[in-house]
Amino acid sequence: MKAIITGIKATMGIYESNEDQVYGLLAEFPDPGALVNAARATRDTGYRHFDTHSPFPVHGMDGAMGLGNSKVGFACLGGGLTGLAVGILLQWWTGAIDYPLNISGKPFFAYEPSIPVIFELTILFSALGAVAGMFALNGLPRPYNPLFYSERFSRVTDDAFFLHIAASDKLFDLEKTGQFLRDIGALYVEPIEDRGDAEE
Amino acid sequence: MSEESNIASDQILPGHSGDGFVDEPPLVAGNLSFHDVTEMVSLHTEKKTPTAWLGAFALANVGLLLLGVMVAYLFWNGTGVWGLNNPVGWGYAIVNFVFWVGIGHAGTLISAILYLFRQQWRTAINRSAEAMTIFAVICALLFPGIHVGRVWVAYWMLPIPNQMEMWPQFKSPLLWDVFAVSVYFTVSLIFWYVGLVPDLATLRDRAKSGIRRRILGFLSMGWSGANRHWRNYEKAYLLLAALATPLVLSVHSVVSFDFAVSVIPGWHTTIFPPYFVAGAIFSGFAMVVTLLVVARKVYSLQNIITINHLEKMNIIILLTGTMVGFAYITEFFIAWYSGVEYEQYAFLNRATGPYAWAYWTMMTCNLVFPQFFWNKKLRRNIPFMFGLSIIVNIGMWFERFVITVTSLHRDYLPSSWDYYTPTWVDVLTLVGSFGLFFTLFLLFLRFAPMVAMAEVKLVMPESDPHYYDRAHAEPKSH
Repeated sequence: MKAIITGIKATMGIYESNEDQVYGLLAEFPDPGALVNAARATRDTGYRHFDTHSPFPVHGMDGAMGLGNSKVGFACLGGGLTGLAVGILLQWWTGAIDYPLNISGKPFFAYEPSIPVIFELTILFSALGAVAGMFALNGLPRPYNPLFYSERFSRVTDDAFFLHIAASDKLFDLEKTGQFLRDIGALYVEPIEDRGDAEE
Repeated sequence: MSEESNIASDQILPGHSGDGFVDEPPLVAGNLSFHDVTEMVSLHTEKKTPTAWLGAFALANVGLLLLGVMVAYLFWNGTGVWGLNNPVGWGYAIVNFVFWVGIGHAGTLISAILYLFRQQWRTAINRSAEAMTIFAVICALLFPGIHVGRVWVAYWMLPIPNQMEMWPQFKSPLLWDVFAVSVYFTVSLIFWYVGLVPDLATLRDRAKSGIRRRILGFLSMGWSGANRHWRNYEKAYLLLAALATPLVLSVHSVVSFDFAVSVIPGWHTTIFPPYFVAGAIFSGFAMVVTLLVVARKVYSLQNIITINHLEKMNIIILLTGTMVGFAYITEFFIAWYSGVEYEQYAFLNRATGPYAWAYWTMMTCNLVFPQFFWNKKLRRNIPFMFGLSIIVNIGMWFERFVITVTSLHRDYLPSSWDYYTPTWVDVLTLVGSFGLFFTLFLLFLRFAPMVAMAEVKLVMPESDPHYYDRAHAEPKSH
């Protein structure tokens, strides 16, 4: 059970630190091209618990990291079907069952005049489903992330490109992984400590 | 303009790159790096509040206050303070509602439809256009809320269980409208927020003070730019765009049903939904041009929101303006062709009756003026486009006035005909709604990143991993 939860969290980029409180190794790369190559090399070497961090989505990175298609679509579909059902049931139940009102002899419930509201509710629930699904699959909101301890990492939302290999990976070894990252062209490698204390 | 950089290299034919594709001018001008983009956009939320902003904000607040006073006066006295009379039961409130909803459409068009069509130039303007959408829809939602007369029962519009065991009447287009506009508002808001998350994280990482970092940290949800996150994020963004596209087309269609489903001559036509949607996009783009021409100058964003962006918007104004003008003429044709004398009279009365001044104002502003944009020089002339965008919005306001008032003031029975004149409360409420809009928009400019930084970076050639394969061989001068 615990392994399943750890596995799910790993897909969200949430990893567990090892017994020395090491969360992982953070390596900086000069540009998106180098980052894609580094991610491919990391994947090919056998690492699985790793992620790249960039100011914008880097195209081709999903393939380089060996990630499949995103599952957000299912959440969106689920939301849409819910909205469809809500739209039909709401108008049918209120108009034909709970409060039937004769308007110029029109049927209490018919599909034709119900389409606009069904449509709007389908869209609403699909959109909410897509967004909620996206945040859930990403494990967001995530108030605490050991990567934020790194001073350098604050440039990830500006113009810096990082690769992070988590300590929870089977192949992780502080020395060897650090050397590996330098070998594939990292400008800078930094161990990330999971101190557990929030800054400020 | 000096702000564009020339990218044609000397060996290759001008306008072409070596690989046979026509080179577009770069979307971001002036050789900016990723950091420059961050700096240019973030700076405005971080520096000390400029005096000019405070002045503009004070002015907008006067408008907002005016709106508050007018609404309070209305609540106290009832809708009798408006100029409504017996045949004209829908006056300024509906006109303003349709006007503001229409303004909103450009934001969604830019953020959703242009995204699906891979129009990358949208990235420079989508954030501010989406903000404009949300604020315009807030202004729009105000009017049906206050024009119900008994505002304390406005909640009857929503299906809320109550002690009377009553439910809203779902066969009414007015109720469809409640759903359409409130869903539109909600979806626009979450779309905008999802787009904001990476940029709020940028501001968070730059924040100097602890409290600022905490607020932005809360709003950005711990975004770390992880690729595992971007993957789901981009998918969700694509889905939202795909959902917002039919939504935006449906909203103004449903708004037009408020008119088209009735049996009033001049309203009861099938052309209304497409014609309303085209008009909405037309007026919305005009408003985006009005706002951005000023904002890019004041905030020195000419390299991100380039003259090419403005020109593209002007082309859309030309296109949709001509579509709207075509619809005006089609309405006349159909009125004649239908053989229905009431319909024919309604249109003849529009063009030659007591409201002919409003009709010809509309025709001139919406059909004639945009034709100037056939001229490339005028399309790229900033003062000209600013003036024209305001003319377009005046024209579009008059369009709604013409549709609402001229159709109602003379219907089937001549004994019930009357002339509608707005009161000072009507006029000042409209003025005040601009105060609300500009108050919100100025707050947005001050506190939120007004350009989608992550998206602008993504359309720069340096964001492409393959750019670096080439760059090692022969550095390209971007």
